[in-house]
Amino acid sequence: MGNDVLFETLLRLADNHLILGHRLSEWCGHAPMLEEDLAMPNIALDLIGQSRALYAYAAEIENQGRSEDDLAFLRLEKDYHNILMVERPNGDFGHTMLRQFLFSSFMVLFWERAQNSTDKVLSGIAGKAFKESQYHVRHTAEWIIRLGDGTEESHKRMTAATAALAPYIGELFEADAVDQSAISAGIIPRASDLRGAWETQVRSVYAEATLEPILDHQAQTGGRIGQHTEDMGFLLAQLQYVQRTYPNMTW
Amino acid sequence: MYSQGLIGADSSSEETPEFLAEFQKRIDREEKIEPNDPMPSGYRKTLVRQIGQHAHSEIVGMLPEGNWITRAPTLRRKIALLAKVQDEGGHGLYLYSAAETLGVSRKQMTEELLSGKAKYSSIFNYPTPTWADMGAIGWLVDGAAIMNQIPLCRCSYGPYARAMVRVCKEESFHQRQGYEIMISLAHGSPEQKEMAQDALNRWWWPSIMMFGPHDSDSTNSDQSMAWKIKRFSNDELRQKFIDATIPQAEYLGLTVPDPDLKWNPEKNDGKGGYDFGAIDWDEFWTVVKGGGKMNVDRITARQKAWDDGEWVRDAALAHAKKQTAKKASATLAAE
Repeated sequence: MGNDVLFETLLRLADNHLILGHRLSEWCGHAPMLEEDLAMPNIALDLIGQSRALYAYAAEIENQGRSEDDLAFLRLEKDYHNILMVERPNGDFGHTMLRQFLFSSFMVLFWERAQNSTDKVLSGIAGKAFKESQYHVRHTAEWIIRLGDGTEESHKRMTAATAALAPYIGELFEADAVDQSAISAGIIPRASDLRGAWETQVRSVYAEATLEPILDHQAQTGGRIGQHTEDMGFLLAQLQYVQRTYPNMTW
Repeated sequence: MYSQGLIGADSSSEETPEFLAEFQKRIDREEKIEPNDPMPSGYRKTLVRQIGQHAHSEIVGMLPEGNWITRAPTLRRKIALLAKVQDEGGHGLYLYSAAETLGVSRKQMTEELLSGKAKYSSIFNYPTPTWADMGAIGWLVDGAAIMNQIPLCRCSYGPYARAMVRVCKEESFHQRQGYEIMISLAHGSPEQKEMAQDALNRWWWPSIMMFGPHDSDSTNSDQSMAWKIKRFSNDELRQKFIDATIPQAEYLGLTVPDPDLKWNPEKNDGKGGYDFGAIDWDEFWTVVKGGGKMNVDRITARQKAWDDGEWVRDAALAHAKKQTAKKASATLAAE
Protein backbone atom coordinates (compact mmCIF):
# COMPACT_ATOMS: atom_id res chain seq x y z
CA MET A 1 0.00 0.00 0.00
CA GLY A 2 1.36 3.39 -0.97
CA ASN A 3 1.12 6.60 0.99
CA ASP A 4 -1.60 7.77 -1.41
CA VAL A 5 -4.10 5.33 0.09
CA LEU A 6 -3.36 6.58 3.60
CA PHE A 7 -3.50 10.20 2.36
CA GLU A 8 -6.87 9.69 0.64
CA THR A 9 -8.26 7.84 3.68
CA LEU A 10 -7.25 10.68 5.99
CA LEU A 11 -8.62 13.28 3.62
CA ARG A 12 -12.05 11.61 3.40
CA LEU A 13 -12.30 11.41 7.17
CA ALA A 14 -11.09 15.00 7.56
CA ASP A 15 -13.56 16.30 4.97
CA ASN A 16 -16.48 14.53 6.68
CA HIS A 17 -15.62 16.20 9.95
CA LEU A 18 -14.83 19.66 8.62
CA ILE A 19 -17.96 19.88 6.50
CA LEU A 20 -20.28 18.61 9.22
CA GLY A 21 -18.59 20.86 11.80
CA HIS A 22 -19.06 23.78 9.42
CA ARG A 23 -22.75 23.00 8.98
CA LEU A 24 -23.26 22.69 12.71
CA SER A 25 -21.42 25.95 13.35
CA GLU A 26 -24.05 27.74 11.22
CA TRP A 27 -26.39 27.33 14.21
CA CYS A 28 -24.22 29.32 16.61
CA GLY A 29 -26.35 32.19 17.91
CA HIS A 30 -29.57 30.88 16.35
CA ALA A 31 -30.44 27.82 18.46
CA PRO A 32 -33.88 27.13 19.98
CA MET A 33 -32.47 27.72 23.47
CA LEU A 34 -29.31 29.07 24.99
CA GLU A 35 -28.19 25.63 26.19
CA GLU A 36 -28.12 24.47 22.56
CA ASP A 37 -26.23 27.61 21.56
CA LEU A 38 -23.51 26.14 23.75
CA ALA A 39 -23.96 22.44 22.97
CA MET A 40 -23.96 22.64 19.15
CA PRO A 41 -20.76 24.71 18.97
CA ASN A 42 -19.24 22.20 21.40
CA ILE A 43 -19.90 19.37 18.98
CA ALA A 44 -18.80 21.53 16.04
CA LEU A 45 -15.56 22.33 17.86
CA ASP A 46 -14.90 18.62 18.40
CA LEU A 47 -15.56 17.85 14.74
CA ILE A 48 -13.45 20.69 13.36
CA GLY A 49 -10.73 19.81 15.89
CA GLN A 50 -10.74 16.22 14.64
CA SER A 51 -10.56 17.42 11.04
CA ARG A 52 -7.62 19.63 11.91
CA ALA A 53 -5.64 16.72 13.35
CA LEU A 54 -6.48 14.64 10.27
CA TYR A 55 -5.55 17.37 7.76
CA ALA A 56 -2.30 18.09 9.56
CA TYR A 57 -1.38 14.41 9.41
CA ALA A 58 -2.55 14.10 5.78
CA ALA A 59 -0.35 17.08 4.84
CA GLU A 60 2.60 15.40 6.52
CA ILE A 61 1.95 12.10 4.70
CA GLU A 62 1.55 13.85 1.36
CA ASN A 63 4.81 15.70 1.91
CA GLN A 64 4.24 18.15 -0.95
CA GLY A 65 4.54 21.31 1.11
CA ARG A 66 0.76 21.74 1.55
CA SER A 67 -0.45 22.78 5.01
CA GLU A 68 -3.58 21.74 6.92
CA ASP A 69 -5.20 24.99 5.75
CA ASP A 70 -4.21 24.41 2.10
CA LEU A 71 -6.04 21.11 2.31
CA ALA A 72 -9.03 22.48 4.19
CA PHE A 73 -9.54 25.68 2.19
CA LEU A 74 -7.88 25.47 -1.19
CA ARG A 75 -9.24 22.52 -3.13
CA LEU A 76 -11.85 22.40 -5.86
CA GLU A 77 -15.29 21.08 -5.04
CA LYS A 78 -14.64 17.77 -6.80
CA ASP A 79 -11.55 17.26 -4.63
CA TYR A 80 -13.52 17.30 -1.36
CA HIS A 81 -14.30 13.67 -0.60
CA ASN A 82 -16.88 13.84 2.18
CA ILE A 83 -20.05 11.77 2.20
CA LEU A 84 -23.20 13.59 1.09
CA MET A 85 -25.00 13.42 4.43
CA VAL A 86 -22.63 15.94 6.04
CA GLU A 87 -23.03 18.61 3.35
CA ARG A 88 -26.84 18.56 3.41
CA PRO A 89 -28.35 21.84 4.66
CA ASN A 90 -29.25 21.96 8.34
CA GLY A 91 -33.02 22.02 7.93
CA ASP A 92 -34.76 22.51 11.25
CA PHE A 93 -33.26 21.67 14.62
CA GLY A 94 -34.69 18.15 14.53
CA HIS A 95 -33.13 17.48 11.13
CA THR A 96 -29.76 18.72 12.37
CA MET A 97 -29.93 16.54 15.48
CA LEU A 98 -30.96 13.47 13.51
CA ARG A 99 -28.17 13.93 10.94
CA GLN A 100 -25.67 14.25 13.78
CA PHE A 101 -27.10 11.23 15.57
CA LEU A 102 -26.91 9.00 12.46
CA PHE A 103 -23.38 10.14 11.70
CA SER A 104 -22.02 10.06 15.25
CA SER A 105 -23.57 6.65 15.97
CA PHE A 106 -21.51 5.39 13.03
CA MET A 107 -18.37 7.25 14.07
CA VAL A 108 -18.44 5.89 17.62
CA LEU A 109 -18.19 2.36 16.19
CA PHE A 110 -15.63 3.45 13.61
CA TRP A 111 -13.36 5.26 16.07
CA GLU A 112 -13.66 2.51 18.65
CA ARG A 113 -12.17 0.03 16.19
CA ALA A 114 -9.79 2.54 14.61
CA GLN A 115 -8.04 2.75 17.96
CA ASN A 116 -6.44 -0.52 16.85
CA SER A 117 -5.36 0.94 13.51
CA THR A 118 -1.98 -0.21 12.22
CA ASP A 119 -1.31 3.49 11.72
CA LYS A 120 -0.22 4.81 15.10
CA VAL A 121 -1.09 8.45 14.46
CA LEU A 122 -4.59 7.57 13.30
CA SER A 123 -5.07 5.28 16.28
CA GLY A 124 -4.13 8.22 18.52
CA ILE A 125 -6.63 10.52 16.82
CA ALA A 126 -9.24 7.74 17.14
CA GLY A 127 -8.73 7.51 20.91
CA LYS A 128 -9.70 11.13 21.45
CA ALA A 129 -12.42 11.14 18.78
CA PHE A 130 -14.01 7.99 20.23
CA LYS A 131 -14.61 9.70 23.57
CA GLU A 132 -15.94 12.84 21.90
CA SER A 133 -18.33 10.95 19.61
CA GLN A 134 -19.81 9.08 22.56
CA TYR A 135 -20.90 12.42 23.94
CA HIS A 136 -22.29 13.46 20.54
CA VAL A 137 -24.42 10.31 20.39
CA ARG A 138 -25.67 10.77 23.93
CA HIS A 139 -26.63 14.38 23.38
CA THR A 140 -28.34 13.86 20.03
CA ALA A 141 -30.09 10.61 21.02
CA GLU A 142 -31.72 12.46 23.92
CA TRP A 143 -33.03 15.03 21.48
CA ILE A 144 -34.31 12.43 19.00
CA ILE A 145 -36.29 10.85 21.85
CA ARG A 146 -37.60 14.17 23.19
CA LEU A 147 -38.63 15.41 19.76
CA GLY A 148 -40.00 12.13 18.43
CA ASP A 149 -42.05 11.57 21.54
CA GLY A 150 -42.79 15.23 22.38
CA THR A 151 -45.74 16.86 20.62
CA GLU A 152 -47.72 16.07 17.50
CA GLU A 153 -45.82 18.74 15.61
CA SER A 154 -42.39 17.59 16.77
CA HIS A 155 -43.26 14.00 15.89
CA LYS A 156 -44.33 15.11 12.41
CA ARG A 157 -41.12 17.06 11.93
CA MET A 158 -38.98 14.15 13.09
CA THR A 159 -40.81 11.77 10.77
CA ALA A 160 -40.01 14.18 7.91
CA ALA A 161 -36.35 14.36 8.97
CA THR A 162 -36.17 10.55 9.09
CA ALA A 163 -37.37 10.39 5.50
CA ALA A 164 -35.19 13.26 4.30
CA LEU A 165 -32.01 11.71 5.67
CA ALA A 166 -32.75 8.11 4.72
CA PRO A 167 -31.10 8.30 1.24
CA TYR A 168 -27.80 9.37 2.80
CA ILE A 169 -27.42 6.43 5.19
CA GLY A 170 -26.14 3.84 2.70
CA GLU A 171 -23.04 5.84 1.82
CA LEU A 172 -21.77 5.54 5.41
CA PHE A 173 -21.22 1.81 4.86
CA GLU A 174 -19.75 1.88 1.35
CA ALA A 175 -16.20 0.90 0.50
CA ASP A 176 -14.50 1.58 -2.83
CA ALA A 177 -11.07 0.34 -3.96
CA VAL A 178 -9.26 2.95 -1.83
CA ASP A 179 -11.21 1.92 1.26
CA GLN A 180 -10.58 -1.75 0.50
CA SER A 181 -6.82 -1.16 0.42
CA ALA A 182 -6.95 0.79 3.67
CA ILE A 183 -9.06 -1.96 5.28
CA SER A 184 -6.68 -4.69 4.06
CA ALA A 185 -3.75 -2.76 5.50
CA GLY A 186 -5.55 -2.54 8.86
CA ILE A 187 -5.67 1.27 8.78
CA ILE A 188 -9.45 1.53 9.16
CA PRO A 189 -12.24 -0.90 10.07
CA ARG A 190 -14.57 -2.27 7.40
CA ALA A 191 -17.65 -0.03 7.53
CA SER A 192 -20.06 -2.79 6.49
CA ASP A 193 -18.97 -4.79 9.58
CA LEU A 194 -20.33 -1.94 11.74
CA ARG A 195 -23.80 -1.91 10.21
CA GLY A 196 -25.37 -4.44 12.58
CA ALA A 197 -24.28 -2.64 15.74
CA TRP A 198 -25.23 0.71 14.19
CA GLU A 199 -28.73 -0.47 13.33
CA THR A 200 -29.29 -1.91 16.79
CA GLN A 201 -28.37 1.44 18.34
CA VAL A 202 -30.43 3.49 15.90
CA ARG A 203 -33.47 1.21 16.12
CA SER A 204 -33.48 1.36 19.90
CA VAL A 205 -33.43 5.18 19.92
CA TYR A 206 -36.06 5.39 17.16
CA ALA A 207 -38.27 3.01 19.14
CA GLU A 208 -38.02 5.12 22.26
CA ALA A 209 -38.72 8.18 20.13
CA THR A 210 -41.79 6.40 18.64
CA LEU A 211 -40.33 6.94 15.16
CA GLU A 212 -40.56 4.51 12.26
CA PRO A 213 -37.01 3.74 11.10
CA ILE A 214 -36.19 3.99 7.37
CA LEU A 215 -32.75 2.42 7.20
CA ASP A 216 -32.70 0.62 3.85
CA HIS A 217 -33.59 3.42 1.44
CA GLN A 218 -31.86 3.44 -1.93
CA ALA A 219 -28.59 5.24 -1.29
CA GLN A 220 -27.39 8.49 -2.83
CA THR A 221 -23.65 8.22 -3.12
CA GLY A 222 -20.63 9.72 -4.86
CA GLY A 223 -19.28 12.00 -2.16
CA ARG A 224 -16.04 10.05 -1.70
CA ILE A 225 -15.14 10.61 -5.34
CA GLY A 226 -16.18 14.25 -5.29
CA GLN A 227 -19.67 14.02 -6.81
CA HIS A 228 -21.63 16.36 -4.58
CA THR A 229 -25.12 17.80 -4.23
CA GLU A 230 -25.70 21.40 -5.31
CA ASP A 231 -25.42 22.68 -1.75
CA MET A 232 -21.71 21.90 -1.59
CA GLY A 233 -20.61 24.75 -3.83
CA PHE A 234 -22.36 27.33 -1.68
CA LEU A 235 -20.88 25.85 1.47
CA LEU A 236 -17.41 26.10 -0.07
CA ALA A 237 -18.07 29.65 -1.27
CA GLN A 238 -18.35 30.65 2.39
CA LEU A 239 -15.66 28.33 3.73
CA GLN A 240 -13.09 29.48 1.17
CA TYR A 241 -14.16 33.12 0.88
CA VAL A 242 -11.21 34.81 2.60
CA GLN A 243 -8.56 32.42 1.29
CA ARG A 244 -9.82 32.78 -2.29
CA THR A 245 -10.34 36.55 -2.16
CA TYR A 246 -6.94 37.29 -0.63
CA PRO A 247 -4.63 34.52 -1.86
CA ASN A 248 -1.21 33.73 -0.34
CA MET A 249 -1.58 35.66 2.89
CA THR A 250 -1.06 34.77 6.52
CA TRP A 251 -4.04 35.10 8.81
CA MET B 1 -39.23 28.21 42.55
CA TYR B 2 -36.39 29.83 44.34
CA SER B 3 -37.09 33.14 42.69
CA GLN B 4 -40.83 33.01 43.37
CA GLY B 5 -39.99 32.90 47.07
CA LEU B 6 -37.93 35.99 46.54
CA ILE B 7 -40.75 38.00 45.09
CA GLY B 8 -42.64 37.44 48.34
CA ALA B 9 -39.60 38.37 50.40
CA ASP B 10 -39.27 41.59 48.47
CA SER B 11 -42.81 42.81 48.86
CA SER B 12 -42.68 42.25 52.62
CA SER B 13 -39.68 44.51 53.17
CA GLU B 14 -40.70 47.94 54.37
CA GLU B 15 -38.44 50.65 53.11
CA THR B 16 -38.34 52.84 56.16
CA PRO B 17 -35.43 55.28 56.51
CA GLU B 18 -34.05 52.88 59.17
CA PHE B 19 -34.17 49.95 56.75
CA LEU B 20 -32.41 51.93 54.03
CA ALA B 21 -29.77 53.18 56.47
CA GLU B 22 -29.13 49.62 57.72
CA PHE B 23 -28.79 48.42 54.13
CA GLN B 24 -26.37 51.21 53.32
CA LYS B 25 -24.29 50.26 56.37
CA ARG B 26 -23.95 46.72 55.05
CA ILE B 27 -22.87 48.11 51.68
CA ASP B 28 -20.36 50.43 53.32
CA ARG B 29 -18.91 47.50 55.31
CA GLU B 30 -18.35 45.86 51.88
CA GLU B 31 -20.66 42.97 52.77
CA LYS B 32 -22.00 41.06 49.77
CA ILE B 33 -25.78 41.18 49.36
CA GLU B 34 -27.16 37.70 48.67
CA PRO B 35 -30.45 36.67 47.00
CA ASN B 36 -32.43 36.04 50.20
CA ASP B 37 -31.25 39.17 51.98
CA PRO B 38 -33.65 42.07 52.41
CA MET B 39 -32.88 44.80 49.88
CA PRO B 40 -34.53 48.04 48.75
CA SER B 41 -36.77 47.54 45.74
CA GLY B 42 -34.78 50.19 43.86
CA TYR B 43 -31.60 48.15 44.39
CA ARG B 44 -33.33 45.04 43.06
CA LYS B 45 -34.79 46.90 40.08
CA THR B 46 -31.48 48.52 39.18
CA LEU B 47 -29.75 45.14 39.25
CA VAL B 48 -32.44 43.36 37.26
CA ARG B 49 -32.18 46.06 34.61
CA GLN B 50 -28.39 46.08 34.55
CA ILE B 51 -27.83 42.31 34.68
CA GLY B 52 -30.61 41.75 32.13
CA GLN B 53 -29.08 44.30 29.77
CA HIS B 54 -25.71 42.71 30.28
CA ALA B 55 -27.08 39.21 29.53
CA HIS B 56 -28.89 40.45 26.42
CA SER B 57 -25.69 42.13 25.22
CA GLU B 58 -23.87 38.80 25.41
CA ILE B 59 -26.60 37.05 23.45
CA VAL B 60 -27.06 39.71 20.78
CA GLY B 61 -23.27 40.04 20.78
CA MET B 62 -23.04 36.50 19.41
CA LEU B 63 -24.46 37.72 16.09
CA PRO B 64 -21.88 40.17 14.72
CA GLU B 65 -19.07 37.69 15.31
CA GLY B 66 -21.19 34.69 14.43
CA ASN B 67 -21.34 36.36 11.01
CA TRP B 68 -17.74 35.20 10.37
CA ILE B 69 -17.69 31.67 11.81
CA THR B 70 -18.39 30.04 8.45
CA ARG B 71 -15.91 32.34 6.70
CA ALA B 72 -12.96 32.35 9.13
CA PRO B 73 -9.73 32.14 7.10
CA THR B 74 -7.94 29.20 8.79
CA LEU B 75 -8.89 26.18 10.88
CA ARG B 76 -7.18 27.69 13.89
CA ARG B 77 -9.08 30.97 13.54
CA LYS B 78 -12.35 29.14 12.91
CA ILE B 79 -12.01 27.09 16.10
CA ALA B 80 -10.99 30.14 18.14
CA LEU B 81 -13.88 32.25 16.86
CA LEU B 82 -16.45 29.52 17.37
CA ALA B 83 -15.19 28.96 20.91
CA LYS B 84 -15.30 32.69 21.55
CA VAL B 85 -18.86 33.14 20.38
CA GLN B 86 -19.80 30.09 22.44
CA ASP B 87 -18.20 31.75 25.49
CA GLU B 88 -20.44 34.78 24.95
CA GLY B 89 -23.45 32.47 25.07
CA GLY B 90 -22.05 31.01 28.28
CA HIS B 91 -21.76 34.50 29.77
CA GLY B 92 -25.37 35.11 28.83
CA LEU B 93 -26.33 31.95 30.66
CA TYR B 94 -24.54 32.87 33.93
CA LEU B 95 -25.96 36.36 33.77
CA TYR B 96 -29.54 35.23 33.21
CA SER B 97 -29.02 32.91 36.17
CA ALA B 98 -27.72 35.79 38.28
CA ALA B 99 -30.77 37.87 37.29
CA GLU B 100 -33.08 34.95 38.10
CA THR B 101 -31.91 35.11 41.73
CA LEU B 102 -33.65 38.50 41.82
CA GLY B 103 -37.03 37.07 40.87
CA VAL B 104 -37.21 37.47 37.12
CA SER B 105 -37.30 34.53 34.70
CA ARG B 106 -35.18 34.03 31.59
CA LYS B 107 -38.31 33.73 29.48
CA GLN B 108 -39.59 37.06 30.76
CA MET B 109 -36.24 38.72 30.09
CA THR B 110 -36.11 37.25 26.57
CA GLU B 111 -39.58 38.54 25.81
CA GLU B 112 -38.55 42.00 27.02
CA LEU B 113 -35.52 41.91 24.73
CA LEU B 114 -37.64 40.93 21.74
CA SER B 115 -40.33 43.52 22.42
CA GLY B 116 -37.69 46.24 22.67
CA LYS B 117 -38.53 46.97 26.31
CA ALA B 118 -35.12 45.78 27.46
CA LYS B 119 -31.97 47.19 25.89
CA TYR B 120 -28.63 45.66 24.97
CA SER B 121 -25.29 47.27 24.30
CA SER B 122 -25.57 49.52 21.25
CA ILE B 123 -22.17 48.45 19.97
CA PHE B 124 -23.70 45.29 18.52
CA ASN B 125 -25.81 47.34 16.14
CA TYR B 126 -22.75 48.00 14.00
CA PRO B 127 -22.08 45.58 11.12
CA THR B 128 -19.04 43.32 10.65
CA PRO B 129 -18.26 43.55 6.93
CA THR B 130 -14.66 42.25 7.05
CA TRP B 131 -12.55 39.64 8.80
CA ALA B 132 -10.62 42.48 10.50
CA ASP B 133 -13.79 43.25 12.46
CA MET B 134 -13.16 40.02 14.39
CA GLY B 135 -9.84 41.50 15.45
CA ALA B 136 -11.20 44.96 16.21
CA ILE B 137 -14.15 43.66 18.23
CA GLY B 138 -11.91 41.47 20.37
CA TRP B 139 -9.34 44.17 20.87
CA LEU B 140 -11.59 47.22 21.35
CA VAL B 141 -15.08 46.05 22.24
CA ASP B 142 -13.95 43.29 24.59
CA GLY B 143 -11.22 45.62 25.82
CA ALA B 144 -13.82 48.26 26.73
CA ALA B 145 -16.07 45.59 28.24
CA ILE B 146 -13.23 44.45 30.49
CA MET B 147 -12.67 48.00 31.76
CA ASN B 148 -16.35 48.10 32.68
CA GLN B 149 -16.51 44.60 34.11
CA ILE B 150 -13.40 44.31 36.25
CA PRO B 151 -14.89 46.67 38.85
CA LEU B 152 -18.11 44.63 38.66
CA CYS B 153 -16.21 41.67 40.18
CA ARG B 154 -16.46 43.74 43.40
CA CYS B 155 -20.11 44.66 42.87
CA SER B 156 -22.12 44.57 46.12
CA TYR B 157 -24.54 41.95 44.76
CA GLY B 158 -22.89 38.55 45.32
CA PRO B 159 -24.22 36.48 42.40
CA TYR B 160 -23.39 39.23 39.87
CA ALA B 161 -19.91 39.78 41.31
CA ARG B 162 -19.13 36.06 41.21
CA ALA B 163 -20.40 35.65 37.64
CA MET B 164 -18.18 38.55 36.62
CA VAL B 165 -15.01 36.88 37.92
CA ARG B 166 -15.32 34.09 35.38
CA VAL B 167 -16.61 36.37 32.63
CA CYS B 168 -13.63 38.71 33.05
CA LYS B 169 -11.11 35.88 32.75
CA GLU B 170 -12.66 34.79 29.47
CA GLU B 171 -13.03 38.34 28.18
CA SER B 172 -9.39 39.02 28.80
CA PHE B 173 -8.53 35.95 26.73
CA HIS B 174 -10.85 37.21 23.97
CA GLN B 175 -9.22 40.61 24.05
CA ARG B 176 -5.78 39.09 23.51
CA GLN B 177 -7.16 36.85 20.78
CA GLY B 178 -8.61 39.90 18.99
CA TYR B 179 -5.40 41.84 19.35
CA GLU B 180 -3.48 38.89 17.93
CA ILE B 181 -5.73 38.97 14.84
CA MET B 182 -4.95 42.69 14.52
CA ILE B 183 -1.20 41.97 14.78
CA SER B 184 -1.32 39.43 11.92
CA LEU B 185 -3.26 41.88 9.76
CA ALA B 186 -1.21 44.95 10.65
CA HIS B 187 1.99 43.04 9.89
CA GLY B 188 0.53 41.44 6.77
CA SER B 189 0.03 42.49 3.16
CA PRO B 190 -1.04 46.04 2.16
CA GLU B 191 -4.63 44.77 1.74
CA GLN B 192 -4.57 43.29 5.23
CA LYS B 193 -3.17 46.50 6.74
CA GLU B 194 -5.85 48.50 5.00
CA MET B 195 -8.49 46.09 6.32
CA ALA B 196 -7.13 46.52 9.87
CA GLN B 197 -7.06 50.33 9.61
CA ASP B 198 -10.59 50.40 8.22
CA ALA B 199 -11.85 48.26 11.10
CA LEU B 200 -10.16 50.54 13.64
CA ASN B 201 -11.73 53.56 11.92
CA ARG B 202 -15.19 52.05 12.25
CA TRP B 203 -14.91 50.60 15.78
CA TRP B 204 -12.94 53.29 17.61
CA TRP B 205 -15.70 55.81 18.35
CA PRO B 206 -18.44 53.24 19.04
CA SER B 207 -16.05 51.60 21.54
CA ILE B 208 -15.45 54.92 23.26
CA MET B 209 -19.21 55.40 23.45
CA MET B 210 -19.63 52.02 25.16
CA PHE B 211 -18.83 53.70 28.49
CA GLY B 212 -22.04 55.65 28.22
CA PRO B 213 -22.84 59.38 28.44
CA HIS B 214 -20.52 61.82 30.17
CA ASP B 215 -20.80 61.86 33.97
CA SER B 216 -22.50 65.25 33.76
CA ASP B 217 -25.30 63.69 31.66
CA SER B 218 -25.53 60.29 33.28
CA THR B 219 -28.72 59.63 35.22
CA ASN B 220 -28.91 56.94 37.95
CA SER B 221 -25.15 56.95 38.38
CA ASP B 222 -24.91 58.42 41.87
CA GLN B 223 -27.27 55.91 43.46
CA SER B 224 -25.49 53.01 41.72
CA MET B 225 -22.17 54.29 43.05
CA ALA B 226 -23.58 54.63 46.59
CA TRP B 227 -24.89 51.06 46.44
CA LYS B 228 -21.53 49.93 45.07
CA ILE B 229 -23.12 48.34 42.04
CA LYS B 230 -20.87 50.69 40.12
CA ARG B 231 -17.37 51.61 41.33
CA PHE B 232 -16.09 54.09 38.76
CA SER B 233 -17.82 56.75 36.70
CA ASN B 234 -18.31 56.49 32.92
CA ASP B 235 -15.70 59.15 32.22
CA GLU B 236 -13.12 57.57 34.56
CA LEU B 237 -13.43 54.22 32.83
CA ARG B 238 -13.39 55.80 29.36
CA GLN B 239 -10.16 57.63 30.17
CA LYS B 240 -8.55 54.43 31.49
CA PHE B 241 -9.52 52.60 28.32
CA ILE B 242 -8.14 55.28 26.02
CA ASP B 243 -4.89 55.53 27.97
CA ALA B 244 -4.42 51.75 27.82
CA THR B 245 -5.38 51.38 24.15
CA ILE B 246 -3.40 54.15 22.41
CA PRO B 247 0.01 52.46 22.94
CA GLN B 248 -1.51 49.22 21.57
CA ALA B 249 -2.63 51.04 18.42
CA GLU B 250 0.85 52.55 18.09
CA TYR B 251 2.44 49.11 18.35
CA LEU B 252 0.20 47.97 15.50
CA GLY B 253 1.27 50.98 13.44
CA LEU B 254 -2.37 51.99 12.98
CA THR B 255 -3.84 55.46 13.32
CA VAL B 256 -6.60 56.13 15.84
CA PRO B 257 -9.23 58.19 13.96
CA ASP B 258 -9.18 61.18 16.31
CA PRO B 259 -7.16 64.23 15.18
CA ASP B 260 -7.54 65.79 18.64
CA LEU B 261 -5.83 62.94 20.44
CA LYS B 262 -2.87 64.37 22.38
CA TRP B 263 -0.76 63.29 25.35
CA ASN B 264 -1.40 65.57 28.30
CA PRO B 265 1.14 65.18 31.12
CA GLU B 266 -1.12 67.05 33.57
CA LYS B 267 -3.99 64.56 33.27
CA ASN B 268 -4.81 61.84 35.85
CA ASP B 269 -3.37 63.89 38.76
CA GLY B 270 -0.09 64.48 36.97
CA LYS B 271 0.42 60.87 35.87
CA GLY B 272 -0.47 61.89 32.34
CA GLY B 273 -3.21 60.73 30.00
CA TYR B 274 -4.66 61.42 26.60
CA ASP B 275 -6.90 64.32 25.67
CA PHE B 276 -9.37 63.27 23.02
CA GLY B 277 -11.86 64.83 20.62
CA ALA B 278 -15.59 65.41 21.04
CA ILE B 279 -17.79 62.33 21.00
CA ASP B 280 -20.68 62.37 18.54
CA TRP B 281 -23.53 61.81 21.00
CA ASP B 282 -26.10 62.28 18.27
CA GLU B 283 -24.81 59.10 16.65
CA PHE B 284 -24.85 57.33 20.00
CA TRP B 285 -28.49 58.21 20.70
CA THR B 286 -29.54 57.44 17.12
CA VAL B 287 -28.15 53.92 17.47
CA VAL B 288 -29.57 53.45 20.99
CA LYS B 289 -32.99 54.45 19.71
CA GLY B 290 -32.93 51.91 16.90
CA GLY B 291 -31.34 53.83 14.01
CA GLY B 292 -28.10 51.83 13.74
CA LYS B 293 -27.37 49.83 10.61
CA MET B 294 -28.06 46.50 12.28
CA ASN B 295 -30.66 47.18 15.03
CA VAL B 296 -33.51 45.69 13.04
CA ASP B 297 -31.47 42.74 11.78
CA ARG B 298 -30.23 41.86 15.27
CA ILE B 299 -33.69 41.69 16.81
CA THR B 300 -35.10 39.98 13.72
CA ALA B 301 -32.44 37.27 14.08
CA ARG B 302 -33.18 36.80 17.79
CA GLN B 303 -36.92 36.73 17.11
CA LYS B 304 -36.46 34.16 14.36
CA ALA B 305 -34.37 31.90 16.60
CA TRP B 306 -37.02 32.22 19.32
CA ASP B 307 -39.95 31.52 16.97
CA ASP B 308 -38.22 28.70 15.07
CA GLY B 309 -37.28 27.11 18.37
CA GLU B 310 -40.74 27.18 19.89
CA TRP B 311 -41.73 23.70 18.70
CA VAL B 312 -38.47 22.33 20.13
CA ARG B 313 -39.03 23.89 23.54
CA ASP B 314 -42.67 22.75 23.54
CA ALA B 315 -41.64 19.20 22.62
CA ALA B 316 -38.99 19.05 25.34
CA LEU B 317 -41.57 20.18 27.88
CA ALA B 318 -44.20 17.71 26.65
CA HIS B 319 -41.72 14.84 26.74
CA ALA B 320 -40.61 15.75 30.26
CA LYS B 321 -44.25 15.80 31.41
CA LYS B 322 -44.88 12.38 29.85
CA GLN B 323 -41.79 11.00 31.60
CA THR B 324 -42.95 12.39 34.96
CA ALA B 325 -46.39 10.89 34.45
CA LYS B 326 -44.87 7.52 33.51
CA LYS B 327 -42.70 7.52 36.63
CA ALA B 328 -45.65 8.45 38.80
CA SER B 329 -47.82 5.65 37.43
CA ALA B 330 -44.92 3.17 37.78
CA THR B 331 -44.53 4.17 41.43
CA LEU B 332 -48.26 3.81 41.94
CA ALA B 333 -48.24 0.35 40.35
CA ALA B 334 -45.32 -0.70 42.58
CA GLU B 335 -47.27 0.31 45.68
